[in-house]
Amino acid sequence: MSAAAPGATPSYYVPQPSHWPITGSVALLLMGSGAAFWFNQYPAGPWMVAIGFAFLLVMFFGWFGAVIGESEGRLYSKRVDTSFRWSMSWFIYSEVMFFAAFFGALFYVRNISVPDLGDIVGNGIWPNYAAQWPTEGPYLTAPFTPISAIGIPLINTLLLLSSGVTLTIAHHALKAGRRQALKLWLFLTIVLGFTFLGFQAYEYMHLYHAYNLKMTTGVYGSTFYMLTGFHGFHVFVGATMLTVMLFRVFKGHFDADHHFAFEAAAWYWHFVDVVWLLLFVLVYWMV
Amino acid sequence: MSSIPHDHVHGDGHAGHAPHPTGLMRWITTTNHKDIGTLYLLFSLFMFFVGGVLALTIRTELFHPGLQVVNPEFFNSLTTLHGLIMIFGAIMPAAVGFANWQIPMMIGAPDMAFARMNNWSFWLLPPAAIMLIGSFFVPGGAASGGWTLYPPLSVQGGMGFDLTIFAVHIMGASSIMGSINIITTILNMRAPGMTLMKMPMFVWTWLITAYLLIMVMPVLAGAVTMLLTDRHFGTTFFNAAGGGDPVLFQHVFWFFGHPEVYIMILPSFGIISEIIPAFARKPLFGYPSMVYAVASIAILSCLVWAHHMFTVGLPAAGLLFFMYVTMLIAVPTGVKVFNWLATMWRGSMTFETPMLFAVGFIFLFTIGGFTGLVVAIVPVDIQLQDTYYVVAHFHYVLVAGSLFAFFAGAYYWLPKWTGTMYDETLGKWHFWCAMITFNITFFPMHFLGLAGMPRRIPDYAQQFTDWNMVASIGAFGFGLSQLIFVWVVMKCIRGDGAKAPAKPWEGAHTLEWTLPSPAPYHSFETPPVVK
Ligand code: HEM
Ligand SMILES: [Cu+2]
Repeated sequence: MSAAAPGATPSYYVPQPSHWPITGSVALLLMGSGAAFWFNQYPAGPWMVAIGFAFLLVMFFGWFGAVIGESEGRLYSKRVDTSFRWSMSWFIYSEVMFFAAFFGALFYVRNISVPDLGDIVGNGIWPNYAAQWPTEGPYLTAPFTPISAIGIPLINTLLLLSSGVTLTIAHHALKAGRRQALKLWLFLTIVLGFTFLGFQAYEYMHLYHAYNLKMTTGVYGSTFYMLTGFHGFHVFVGATMLTVMLFRVFKGHFDADHHFAFEAAAWYWHFVDVVWLLLFVLVYWMV
Repeated sequence: MSSIPHDHVHGDGHAGHAPHPTGLMRWITTTNHKDIGTLYLLFSLFMFFVGGVLALTIRTELFHPGLQVVNPEFFNSLTTLHGLIMIFGAIMPAAVGFANWQIPMMIGAPDMAFARMNNWSFWLLPPAAIMLIGSFFVPGGAASGGWTLYPPLSVQGGMGFDLTIFAVHIMGASSIMGSINIITTILNMRAPGMTLMKMPMFVWTWLITAYLLIMVMPVLAGAVTMLLTDRHFGTTFFNAAGGGDPVLFQHVFWFFGHPEVYIMILPSFGIISEIIPAFARKPLFGYPSMVYAVASIAILSCLVWAHHMFTVGLPAAGLLFFMYVTMLIAVPTGVKVFNWLATMWRGSMTFETPMLFAVGFIFLFTIGGFTGLVVAIVPVDIQLQDTYYVVAHFHYVLVAGSLFAFFAGAYYWLPKWTGTMYDETLGKWHFWCAMITFNITFFPMHFLGLAGMPRRIPDYAQQFTDWNMVASIGAFGFGLSQLIFVWVVMKCIRGDGAKAPAKPWEGAHTLEWTLPSPAPYHSFETPPVVK
């Protein structure tokens, strides 16, 4: 507790009581139970989710606003900075494990459950099942066309890979104090990110209507949409984070050695990039 | 600013700051690790009684063969919610409560690394609890496929399952944030001089527990997300008709589930490793080997999940692999038990309540470990899987293991937390009642399981009646014994008892005992130097 800044110690920062967490809890209570109502056809459900989401947005603005204020007020010491670095790394690790669950499911259906169904076990029930990947399963029979890696997926790979490069250039510009270059390259990164999302949305629509490839297309559709869908959501979150960073840059935040928020967003972006590469190889390419 | 006067500690905040909220708002908005620790512990105690009521309803139904008190569907909801509430509502929050109170004090930090996020980690739990308990009152009733949520039951069930799935998501978010906070605190906020290998064992066990949590909670989130899409969006992850497999769920679930059981026991190992040396008045025997044992338990625990699936038709190579790795875990576990015994060997021991619970823990946990080894043997488990033998096994490790260690820790640290000594006579009564009734309840379950009584069934064959009656009587005794604990805690909180000195246990050496009792609102304003 230094006399100058209430709550700040030379090496620790202990924030004052805050009502943002409870706002978030109310939000998640409304969203979680609202979704349960919604999925069971209660008209109140969507409203609860919407109100909960509004609470969540308020929380995000308020909470991150407070953190940004403290950071710009230079209340954070080196040690706090290190804490942020640790926590972001562990958070990304938890995201890695989240995707690992779905990649594990993909591995399992391709190498175990589908072959088993073509084996003596499954053939007893479904004698004519070929058990070839991609498959909609032995029982569902809605003909579909699998997606090919050439085309939009390849374009999207190039988009994300170059966004990684532009983001790195932006970071170097930030460290060198070249603000104009920083703005330009960061902006370019965001554009690449949202272009990726646009392409993906178009691809989904195309798959649904022209290829008849849906979430309900057996395990192929299930794993495809689960993996690419959650990835797309993460791209959206990452691009939003970068957009916030761009706004902060315009407001004059960050300097050469005080910009962890920017770095955290960049780490996240690279993580999303790596997940995409895995998806490209395992989901699109190795069909 | 000077340090906070100690008599202010449990007042409404502290001098020199913007006014702190008082009353209920203090607890809702608090960013203080002690307040949040208290919230976690009280929440856990409350949920322990909620889960206990469910358990006693189960035992009432099972007092007699035939159906008398509840209908079978409701019975299934009872076992499911009993498991979920005890695991996610009672045991895990209690462990986090201990972490919140103790870790900053034991490593010489003023608070947790992220005090606001700490508040959110706690305050996510009540919404999840509301959803879990509330699910009893929705059409179709609460989830009823067992706490393991296996499909196809969990895909077919009603709205209760959706509430459970979202509750699991929320509790998972809470655990991940709590763990990130704990890891960061331990790695980055230690007092100067406290190297990793000088950390108290409790801190070490939590470091590894937090790592395990960050690793497996997202996997559980993924598993229940697939359940959700199978339920409502037509995916077929767990449906053979579309090329999926219900066994896939079991793999993903147990990849979470087995590390989860170590998540529930490692903090208890830590507590026991603090208490045994304090009351044997000897340093912990083999500290480095304790650290390595915990670390290797954590690594091995990721490689044994299929020992819960020995009867689903795994290939023989898989059965053998998972059997042997499971047995390997017994080695580091044995190292720990050995070291606790060696710590006591020729110590000048006294048996205050914390020590009683600690010794009871070692005794009963070891029985649970041995029955774990029994069910780890594939040919034996094919007989015992899904019988009461498994129920006996995990209650020996979870109730006499995790829970007894938390009781030990609560008695050990209550003087530090409240500034008042607990009532030793009542504490001893609590221990002996709990110890005896626990064994009356759960020991007969070994016999029932060996004789073939299946778990999660509301009715049973005549020949199982006697031991079921014994177990039910024991269960009510065990439930009632816990009221003694509530009484002891209330007395401490109200200050009804001897005033606690800074260090009531002469054999205790960790940093929290250098602080006055009750501990000041912010633990170490300036970091102590550890030599
Ligand atoms: C020496 C250590 C241990 C071994 C070898 C072991 C082994 C096993 C095995 C093989 C099973 C599956 C039995 C079956 O379903 O047929 C099992 C179940 C279980 N174990 Fe352990 N275990 C050990 C320690 C623990 C600990 C420390 C805990 C928790 C604190 C624990 C909690 C559980 C639970 C909750 C289940 C039942 C899960 C369910 O089906 O609902 N075990 N154990
Ligand atoms: Cu296990």
